[in-house]
Amino acid sequence: MISAPDVVAFTKEDEYEEEPYNEPALPEEYSVPLFPFASQGANPWSKLSGAKFSRDFILISEFSEQVGPQPLLTIPNDTKVFGTFDLNYFSLRIMSVDYQASFVGHPPGSAYPKLNFVEDSKVVLGDSKEGAFAYVHHLTLYDLEARGFVRPFCMAYISADQHKIMQQFQELSAEFSKASECLKTGNRKAFAGELEKKLKDLDYTRTVLHTETEIQKKANDKGFYSSQAIEKANELASVEKSIIEHQDLLRQIRSYPHRKLRGSNLCPRESEHTQDPPSQAAATSDLEESADTDHYACRPSYTPKLIKAKSTKCFDKKLKTLEELCDTEYFTQTLAQLRHVEHMFRGDLCYLLTSQIDRALLKQQHITSFLFEDLVEVGDRPAEKQESTVSKPHHYGPPSESPEDCLIPQVLISVGSYKSSVESVLIKMEQDLGDEASREAAVTESSSFDPQENLDYLEMDMKGSVSSGESIEVLGTEKPTSVLSKSESQSSLTVPLSPQVVRSKAVSHRTISGDSIEVLSTCPSEALIPDDFKASYPSAINEEESYGEGGQGAILFQAGISPPELGEAEEGNSGLASLQTDASCCIGREAGALLVPLSTPGHTVSDEDGVVSVPPQRYRQKDQGFRVDFSVENASPSRDNSCEGFPAYELDPSHLLTSRDGSKTSLDDHSDATSYGSSIASTSSDRTPSSVPPAGPSSERHKKRAGQNALKFIRQYPFAHPAIYSLLSGRTLVVLGEEEAMVRKLVTALSIFVPGYGRHGKPVKHWLSSPLHITDFQKWKLIGLQRVASPASASALHALSRYSRYTSILDLDRKTLRCPLYRGTLVPRLADHRTHIRRGSTYFLHVQSMLAQLSAKAFLYTFCHHLHLPAHGSEAPELASSRQASFLQLTLGLVHEDVKVVRYLAELLRLHYTQELRGTSQPALRFDYVPSFLYKI
Amino acid sequence: KSPLQTIGEEQTQNPYTELLVLKAHHDIVRYLTGEKLLEFSGHTQKITAIITLPCLETCEEKNQLILTASADRTEWDCDTGRQVQKVSCFQSTVKCLAVLQRLDVWLSGGNDLCVWNRKLDLLCKTSHLFDTGISALIEIPKNCVVAAVGKELIIFRLVAPTEGSLGWDILEVKRLLDHQDNILSLLNVNDVSFVSGSHVGELIVWDTLGWTVQACERNFWDPSPQLDAQREIKLCQKPNDVSIRHLTWDEENVFVAVGRGLYVYNLQMKRVIACQKTAHDSSVLHVVRLPNRQVISCSEDGSVRIWELREKQQLSVEPVPTGFFNMWGFGRVNKQASHPVKKQQENATSCSLELIGDLIGHSSSVEMFLYFEDHGLVTCSADHLIILWKNGERESGLRSLKLFQKLEENGDLYLSV
Repeated sequence: MISAPDVVAFTKEDEYEEEPYNEPALPEEYSVPLFPFASQGANPWSKLSGAKFSRDFILISEFSEQVGPQPLLTIPNDTKVFGTFDLNYFSLRIMSVDYQASFVGHPPGSAYPKLNFVEDSKVVLGDSKEGAFAYVHHLTLYDLEARGFVRPFCMAYISADQHKIMQQFQELSAEFSKASECLKTGNRKAFAGELEKKLKDLDYTRTVLHTETEIQKKANDKGFYSSQAIEKANELASVEKSIIEHQDLLRQIRSYPHRKLRGSNLCPRESEHTQDPPSQAAATSDLEESADTDHYACRPSYTPKLIKAKSTKCFDKKLKTLEELCDTEYFTQTLAQLRHVEHMFRGDLCYLLTSQIDRALLKQQHITSFLFEDLVEVGDRPAEKQESTVSKPHHYGPPSESPEDCLIPQVLISVGSYKSSVESVLIKMEQDLGDEASREAAVTESSSFDPQENLDYLEMDMKGSVSSGESIEVLGTEKPTSVLSKSESQSSLTVPLSPQVVRSKAVSHRTISGDSIEVLSTCPSEALIPDDFKASYPSAINEEESYGEGGQGAILFQAGISPPELGEAEEGNSGLASLQTDASCCIGREAGALLVPLSTPGHTVSDEDGVVSVPPQRYRQKDQGFRVDFSVENASPSRDNSCEGFPAYELDPSHLLTSRDGSKTSLDDHSDATSYGSSIASTSSDRTPSSVPPAGPSSERHKKRAGQNALKFIRQYPFAHPAIYSLLSGRTLVVLGEEEAMVRKLVTALSIFVPGYGRHGKPVKHWLSSPLHITDFQKWKLIGLQRVASPASASALHALSRYSRYTSILDLDRKTLRCPLYRGTLVPRLADHRTHIRRGSTYFLHVQSMLAQLSAKAFLYTFCHHLHLPAHGSEAPELASSRQASFLQLTLGLVHEDVKVVRYLAELLRLHYTQELRGTSQPALRFDYVPSFLYKI
Repeated sequence: KSPLQTIGEEQTQNPYTELLVLKAHHDIVRYLTGEKLLEFSGHTQKITAIITLPCLETCEEKNQLILTASADRTEWDCDTGRQVQKVSCFQSTVKCLAVLQRLDVWLSGGNDLCVWNRKLDLLCKTSHLFDTGISALIEIPKNCVVAAVGKELIIFRLVAPTEGSLGWDILEVKRLLDHQDNILSLLNVNDVSFVSGSHVGELIVWDTLGWTVQACERNFWDPSPQLDAQREIKLCQKPNDVSIRHLTWDEENVFVAVGRGLYVYNLQMKRVIACQKTAHDSSVLHVVRLPNRQVISCSEDGSVRIWELREKQQLSVEPVPTGFFNMWGFGRVNKQASHPVKKQQENATSCSLELIGDLIGHSSSVEMFLYFEDHGLVTCSADHLIILWKNGERESGLRSLKLFQKLEENGDLYLSV
């Protein structure tokens, strides 16, 4: 719902634009009052305006045995971020839901102190008074000097957007688990080291005591012991007991890796998943291994010292800091991971969701995506987020059955219903896991939750954790997925909400809960789960992909139900809805018939209201959970809407996000050490959308600037179309100019139109000062060439004219273009100089979508076998080529030179497909003998 | 001086719309081996792998043996992709090689002529040393070879070992002294004749059996001797312009690269039937006749040109109007056109060479090229590059087939019924 203040604030955004769009001012009487928070630089869409902090941050707190809950550090470590937000208060809150206190200490009956290898717990809680919602990740670190050897910590992702926390729960959980694992591994290493030292100390002490006792024995031979001697003997005994205890502890901590190993056998791909962020996770596992082997090794450098046998658990003693608790290397890594998490989830929810959908869709296009998509995104980012985000919802399954209906990749996204507080309060105290009935009851009662949110069981271990007097509304808890037997499927489909839904709910939400902590989701500790099912990330959604032997290649997203149980789950557990996604695509079948099937999701909700399939609506307080089935149609370009009616987005997704951060650019720059080397100090350029890792060549800022400059080029040069046609058809475009900056800028801008060859980025040479060679045209499709006023340039220009048949030449200084004629209709749509798009990033997206359509056409053309293979053995080749021509013209609707573009792309596709395994080599230089024309402004 | 004929960017008849640059050499690539190589390696790219020796190489292939000769230190390599054996017992540079298949021996020509067998044993060699060295070597019937040494053609006879004799021997049989200047090219035309061309533009057709002159063409630089003397002098001042660098032939014609021009000499009529006096900007280095009446030439100017031999419609026509070639000339202003050939008597040229396309890629002189029926053209050049010129449409079709093959292999191909 865009209300009046929104509009105002939106127009206000224009000041960030590089090219301000000057509209005549509104008459006074029509102007609307300014958004009340506008002065603070807040975005009306931002729900943060009510919160006391400016943007999301990560808080690490500890429940100190000395002083109670206390905040330790925040990421970003900048006081401006959390502003007046009371960290102490919030620490108290988030630590108060830590149920694991019950596991601390010596279990009764055990002879020796026992270490509990408790799994982390993941809780979502909210504090509407503070306007803060948090994903809280509790973990326990070992400290020899702490009570029960444990120190409870928690990491919290704090956001003002409740939905962000809810929707991104799995992602957050996965990412925080990585950080937690890293921290805990380092801690174990440190703890083992500490134990070793302690053991040495004890050993030494024992030796000393022993000697002393012997001396005393010898000293008096009266046959009875002095009290002193008895004391010594007692002391010695106590030291020896202590040694045994500590040895036992060491044994226990040593046993952990084996347990872990058992766990990781269940999820063999875990290590693959965690390759990025910056290879740290991989490093983690490496380190872990080496750590396992070496952290028990002797440390000869340590000199044992005499210690008192009595353990000193005193409050006067300073507890170790978090950093001391953890091996330095691991600690640094953990912080890096957390910073990465902060980066990843920065920004508006709908932006995060969109980019996740985007990536999911991109995965389906692995055959064509190399052409225009950003390979950084295609290649690396999913790998890094594989565990957490969208995963691979689609696969090219062998379409063995039902060959008639060509199945198009289709994404069904169901928008979970959100249901606030009171009605659904359910606190289950039982821990009986085996009790199927109670489970089902829980399921039924929690059915208002979307299964996507992964909240299938309500299990809550409340022991001693909640001590605050305020009401606690437990909306749902999550039992760790004991069913996570196959970790291949540990990725999950995120549940995107349409922005409207988010907004409307957000608006309505705040009125409901007064002063309360809402524990929205927790999962009990590992201790509750049978050992075999202890997965490392207990909260990960259980999503099962079945490559249909049955042919459908469907992927079932099933919350909490293991694959063998699938059938019964659908019958019995009616509370669980299965979301089925058809994702098979047949290549080689009649691919021309690309149709987007209607979504027919087999959802069943046990609610008496049944399934309500409605478009996003305002939030209803009544408890019927409504579902929204939101299928992304035409996400992969279909023939039907071939290039027509492309909406010109005026609202780029980064806007929502960035406007919030807009006024805090200094902060941004401050916190991101890796942030783009902001060479241009425009305010707008700093509004870097979040989820893209910084400093990549494909950063949003980069795209935005490229789009902006491309837009400028299109407006400025009437011959932009033939130039772009040259790029699209694989004819090398040489941008000739004296000024390097200008040439580079234009080359960067135009590079968005250059089809890539393969994995190695686009064939673009930004700046070249040596004469061109024939190999350059084979290698590069866009070249920035220096024009120098020296004899050297004469040869460069001579080479240029010699090879003029392979190139189009754009002379920046003289503002001329020499290239073949273009009469198609594709480029005018792609690059309309009268476009209403004003933003660089918007234009970039427009170009991307157009080019995606184009590559879809090329895909069709390439893979329709009847076009290329002879219908029968004796068919003349001319017939095939006439079929191709008519397909291109009639079916794909291409005219004139557009045909050449598609043919060129098809050529690249062929090369890429056939050489995929061998690594891509440079394609041959293809050219036409066509006359060129000189265009002038 | 006649202007260079040019062709614009629109070359509808030029089939080569795709090129692939092979870059492996670090020096001038001067020779490429013959077509037989294709049979054994199946791939044109192999050629580059073999011809990576610096400077001068002569490749020759027989039963998977490739001989390469190098000028630097008279070394012999025997390759089948990798070096097999190396012979380096020469006193002089080896300039040419020839294989006598019937006798299963091969010869090397440098300052002397040596005969080798397959095992690289030296069988015999000539006793005399030529200061100039043997520049060309061809086989003629009766176990004879013709060696071009300076201005002379020397005929040697090879004596194979018989019961009586001890071993191989090579004997000088005859010296032919008809050329007035250094012989640059030597070519077997058919069973009965061979052709030699010299630096001053003499073309002599010899009888292979009697070693006598069958025909002689000495005035290539000017097919019409009665033309104004000025031009003749001018041309004669630049003897380089008329040297015969390369010869090729088909059933009836010999195609001669004379200086910058290209001539077609009819063996039966014993005269030039078509010519292109300035086919290139500088010397033509290699000429090949394609089956489809096309001729391809390459030159020091770095270009490769494709010509078509066309019958002239009317033999008695007057010299072609000036504007005729202007349609090819793109923006050449001072085109004083007029094909000089046309000025001569009509019966001299009954055909014409039409430029139908040019291939521009090399940045230095194109030394040689090979034509493969199925693979297009391979050119090598002094710019260290080898370029494969291919028919783009055809390659595209092949790639498409490959794609569907791979799809089928992957089990992803579903043919509609």
